[in-house]
Amino acid sequence: MRAFTYERAASPRQAAQAAASTDHARFIAGGTNLLDLMKIEVETPTHLIDVNGLGLDTIEATEEGGLRIGALVRNTDLAADQRVRRDYAVLTRALVAGASGQLRNKATTGGNLLQRTRCPYFYDTNMPCNKRRPGAGCAALDGGASRQLAIIGASEHCIATHPSDMAVALRVLDARVETVDARGGGRSIPLADFHALPGDTPHIETVLEKGEFITAVTLPRPPGGKHFYHKVRDRASYAFALVSVAAVVQPDGSGRVALGGVAPKPWRDEQAEAALPRGAGAVVAKLLDGARPTPDNRFKVTLAERTLAAVLAEAKE
Amino acid sequence: MRFDQPADPNVADQGKVLGRPRTRIDGPLKTTGTAPYAYERHDVAPGQLVGYPVVSAIAKGRITAMDTRAAKNAPGVVAVVTTLDMERLPKAKMNVVYLFGGREIQHYHQAIAVVVAETFEQARAAAALVRTDYDEDRGASYDLAEQRQAHLDDEVEPASRVGDFERAFADAPVKLDATYSTPGQCHAQMEPHASIAEWKDGTLTLWTANQMVEWSRQALAKAFDLPPEKVRLDSPYIGGGFGVKLFLRADAILAAVAARETGRPVKVALPRPMIANNATHRGLTIQRIRIGTDRDGRITAIGHDNTTNTPPGGGGEEATIPTEHFYAGANRLLVHRPLEMHLPESNAMRAPGDTAGQMALEIAMDEMAERLEMDPVAFRVLNDTQVDPGKPERRFSERHFVECLRRGADEFGWSHRNRRPGDRRDGVWLIGHGMAGAYRGAPAQASGARVALRPDGRVRVDTDMTDIGTGSYTIIAQTAAEMLGVSVDAVEVGLGDSDSPVSAGSGGQWGAASATAGVYAACVALRERIAERLGADAATLELVDGQVCHGGETRPLAGLAGDRDLVAEDKIEFGDFRDKDYVLATFGAHFVEVSVHAYTGEIRVRRQLAVCDAGRILNPITARSQVIGGMTMGVGAALMEELKVDTRRGFFATHDLASYEVPVHADIPEQTVIFLEGEDPYSTPLKAKGVGELGICGVSAAVANAVYNATGVRVRDYPITLDKFLDQLPLPA
Repeated sequence: MRAFTYERAASPRQAAQAAASTDHARFIAGGTNLLDLMKIEVETPTHLIDVNGLGLDTIEATEEGGLRIGALVRNTDLAADQRVRRDYAVLTRALVAGASGQLRNKATTGGNLLQRTRCPYFYDTNMPCNKRRPGAGCAALDGGASRQLAIIGASEHCIATHPSDMAVALRVLDARVETVDARGGGRSIPLADFHALPGDTPHIETVLEKGEFITAVTLPRPPGGKHFYHKVRDRASYAFALVSVAAVVQPDGSGRVALGGVAPKPWRDEQAEAALPRGAGAVVAKLLDGARPTPDNRFKVTLAERTLAAVLAEAKE
Repeated sequence: MRFDQPADPNVADQGKVLGRPRTRIDGPLKTTGTAPYAYERHDVAPGQLVGYPVVSAIAKGRITAMDTRAAKNAPGVVAVVTTLDMERLPKAKMNVVYLFGGREIQHYHQAIAVVVAETFEQARAAAALVRTDYDEDRGASYDLAEQRQAHLDDEVEPASRVGDFERAFADAPVKLDATYSTPGQCHAQMEPHASIAEWKDGTLTLWTANQMVEWSRQALAKAFDLPPEKVRLDSPYIGGGFGVKLFLRADAILAAVAARETGRPVKVALPRPMIANNATHRGLTIQRIRIGTDRDGRITAIGHDNTTNTPPGGGGEEATIPTEHFYAGANRLLVHRPLEMHLPESNAMRAPGDTAGQMALEIAMDEMAERLEMDPVAFRVLNDTQVDPGKPERRFSERHFVECLRRGADEFGWSHRNRRPGDRRDGVWLIGHGMAGAYRGAPAQASGARVALRPDGRVRVDTDMTDIGTGSYTIIAQTAAEMLGVSVDAVEVGLGDSDSPVSAGSGGQWGAASATAGVYAACVALRERIAERLGADAATLELVDGQVCHGGETRPLAGLAGDRDLVAEDKIEFGDFRDKDYVLATFGAHFVEVSVHAYTGEIRVRRQLAVCDAGRILNPITARSQVIGGMTMGVGAALMEELKVDTRRGFFATHDLASYEVPVHADIPEQTVIFLEGEDPYSTPLKAKGVGELGICGVSAAVANAVYNATGVRVRDYPITLDKFLDQLPLPA
C-alpha cells in the first residue's frame, strides 16, 4: 500500500469538490474492495475522501411512489428493509446472494456499483491488464484462465465481468443513480447507462466524471409480479456468479430479465424480454446474440438459458 | 524401547482415559485467541523487524538485474536482501526447488528478495519498489495433457508388476479402460506460513509453524552451514498444514537471512496470494485405469498408469499407490510417470498419492460394478483381500474393510438408494447416491518423549511432536494420564520445541500412533524410576487416581521425589516385522447423497457417512474431527478446488481464496462418522493407527459416483463442475 492523505468529507458537494481538485483521489465508504486493492497496489490513490460521515444512509419514499436509497445505506440494511422485501424482492434476494454477512454489513449501495472486477489477472500485478495499465495487453484473452469472465459486451482489450449481484437486480428494477458534482449540480443516470463497456478503454468503467459523487439510487414504482434472483456458482455461498438471473415475471408471462456474470455490466435487453412468453431459449438467443465466449466459458450461454428456464418454471408454480 | 513383535496386553489397555471422548486440552487457548501462533510471538525476542517477500514474476528464466535503491530509501526500511547478494543457499533433501535460489528462476513466485522494515506496512510498500529484470525462457510447456501425449511412448520402468497384466486384461470377459484427471490442489490452510528468526551467540532460533521440527532443524542447519545443535526451532501451535508445512519453506529462510543481515529478530509471513505458487501443491494427475474381471466380477487384471507434474528431481503425485494393495487380483501393473515441468513444486498434501489415486480408482470401481450389473458395495466385498495381492505371504495385520462396507450400507440405507442413474427427483432436484472405499497405509516412525513427575504429583510431557490442529496435545495427555494413573488435568504437555526429544512429527498419518507410542515408552521408563524409588517391581506397580500402590501400601505420587522432578526419557523404535511380514493400513467406506439441480446443474451434498477401521481410536472426538475435516476437504476436491494452470505463463492463476474455492459451511451437510471397534497389536503398543489422512481418501469419488447416479452423466475430470455435464443433462419436460 502506498502512502496517502486522508480527509473526512463535510458534505456531498465538498466531497465532490475535493475529488475534482485532487489527482488520484478516491472516495472511501465501506472500503471492502478498495482497501484490498490498495494493499496489493492495484489501486494507488494518493488521497482518500472518507464519505462515511455524510448521512445518506436512509431509504425514503419518493413522490413518484418509489424509493430513494441513500448511497451509504449498507447492503445488510437495504436487504432487510421491509419495503424492499415486499415491493422489490429481487433486490433483497440479489443482495443476500452476494458476499458474506460481514461484508454486507460494511458495503454500501454506492460502493457496490463501483466495485472492480474479480478477474484474476486484474489482481496479479505481474500480469498484463488493460484495466490496470492501459495498453499493457490482456492476459485473460491471451491464453489465460477465463472461465469466470465475460461472454458478451467485452472487447479484444478486456473480458472482465462486473461482479455485483445488487446491480443486476437494480437493472431489472429500472433504477437510476443520482449524483452531485463539484459545481453543486447533479444528475440522475439510468443504471442502464451507468457502466461503460470496455471497448478500447477498459480502465473507464462508468460514465461518472472526475469528482462526481453518487448520493443515492432511486427506484421507480414497484413493478409487481413475482421476483427471482437465481445465482449459479460452484459453491453454495461466498462466490461470484458464473451466471445469475434477475427476473420479474408478471401473471401474464411478460416480464423483465437481466443477467449477471456474463458481461462487464448487468446485461439486459428490453427487446429480448418480448420473447418471454416463448420461453427461455428465445429470450437468451436474443439477449446473448453476438456473444463471443472463450473455450473456458462457452458453457455460460447454455447455463444462462437453463437458469432462466428454471426461473420461468418456478414462476409458473 | 523397541517394538519388535505384536503388542501384548499392557498398562495402556485400561481404557480409563485412552479411547474416551475428551475435548481438546488446548481448546480454551484457541477459542480465547491466546494460543501463541508464530506470527504473533512478540514476546519471544525484543526489537522485531518485519520482512516482506519479493517473488518472481516469471515461471522460468534468469534474473538479469535487480534494482533495490528505491526500496532501500523507502520509509522505515532497514535492509533489502536479494538472492543475488549471496551464494545460492544449499537445498535440503526434502525440498525439490531452491527456496532462495539465485539468478535461476525455477517457478512463478519463487522468493528472490526480502525487504525488512520497522513495520509490516513499510516493508510491504517498499517491496513493491524492487525492480527486477528477467531473461524469460518462454519455450517451456505447462500443459500436462500435452506433455503426457508427447511422452506416451517413453519407456518407463513399472512401479510394480505382478503376473501378466496385458494378457489377463486382454482375456478378461468384462473390462474397463478409462482415463481420469485431477487438478493441482492447494492446501489452503488457515494459517499462512510464518516465522520469526533471531541470531544470538552463534545460535539461530526460529519460532515458526512447522509440522516436522527435526527435519526442519536439520534443513536450516544445512542452509546456513551450522552444526544442528546451533539451531533451535519452536513450533507449538500450527494453524493447519496438510503437508505444506512438512518442510522448510521460504518464510523461514527469508526470516533467517534478514535477521542475519540486520542483527535483529525478523518475522516473515507468506502473504496469501503468494502461497499457492511459492509453496507446494498436490500435483496434477492424468490416470489411465484398466480393470478386467471374470464374469462373476472377480478382478483378474488391474492396471494404473499415472502421469503427473514435478519440477526436475521430484516425484509428483504418486496416484498409483492405492492400487498396489487395495483390491485382489493376480495380474497387476502400476506405472508412474512424473513429467518434469516448471510449474511450482508438487509435493505432499494430505494422503499424498492416495487422495488423487482414489479419486480415480474409486470411480473406476463404480464403473466396473455397473458393467457387471453388480451393487458397487458387493463388487468391493467380492474383491477384498486379506493378503498383499503382490506378495501373498504378507498378510494385512488387521483389515475390516468388508465390515466398513456392510456397516456403512446398513447405516446409510443403501438398499433404498436410487438404482437407475437420473431416475429420482425431488422437485427440481435430481437425487443421487454414491459410495467408495477408502484406503491409507498406517506407517510409524521412531518417536521420543521426556516425562517428568513433579513434586506436586503433576506430570509434564515434552516432545518435539507437533499439533497441527489434529489433537496431539490431547491424546498425548491422555496417554500419560492412562500410563501414570493421573487425570488429564494433571498433565501438562509441551510440544514443538527442538530442545525436546525428537518425535515422529506430523505427517503421513503416522503422528498420532507414533507419538503416543513414544510417550508410552517414556512413561514405562518413568514407572520403572518410580518403582526403583520405592524398591518395588515395576511390573506389579499400580498407579491409580494419583496414588501409587505396592505391597499393600498406598501413597500419593506427590512428594515421591521430594522437591525434585522424577524424570525419564525414552523413544519408541519400530522393528521391521511391521512391514516385512505384514501390511498395516487403515480402511473406510464412504456413502454420499447429493442433489443436482435439473436445470442448472448446481450440485449440493445432502449427507455423508463414513465408517472407519483404524485400530484403537485414542479419542473419538479428535478422531472424528480429523475424519469430518477429510470429508469436507474431499467435497472440495470433488466439486470446486482447482489450481487453474495458466498454460501460457506457467503458474496457478487461482492463487487466492477468492478464486481457489474451498467449501463453505453451506456446502457441508450432516456428516456421520462411525469407527469400528478394534485394536491393531501389530501397529504400536497402544494398538492404534492414524485417521487424519484416511478421512479424505475415497470421499471425492463417492461424491462423483453420487453425481453420476443423480444425472446419468459420468464426469472423469475433477473438479466436477456443472460446465462438464450441463449439455448432456436432459432439461425437465
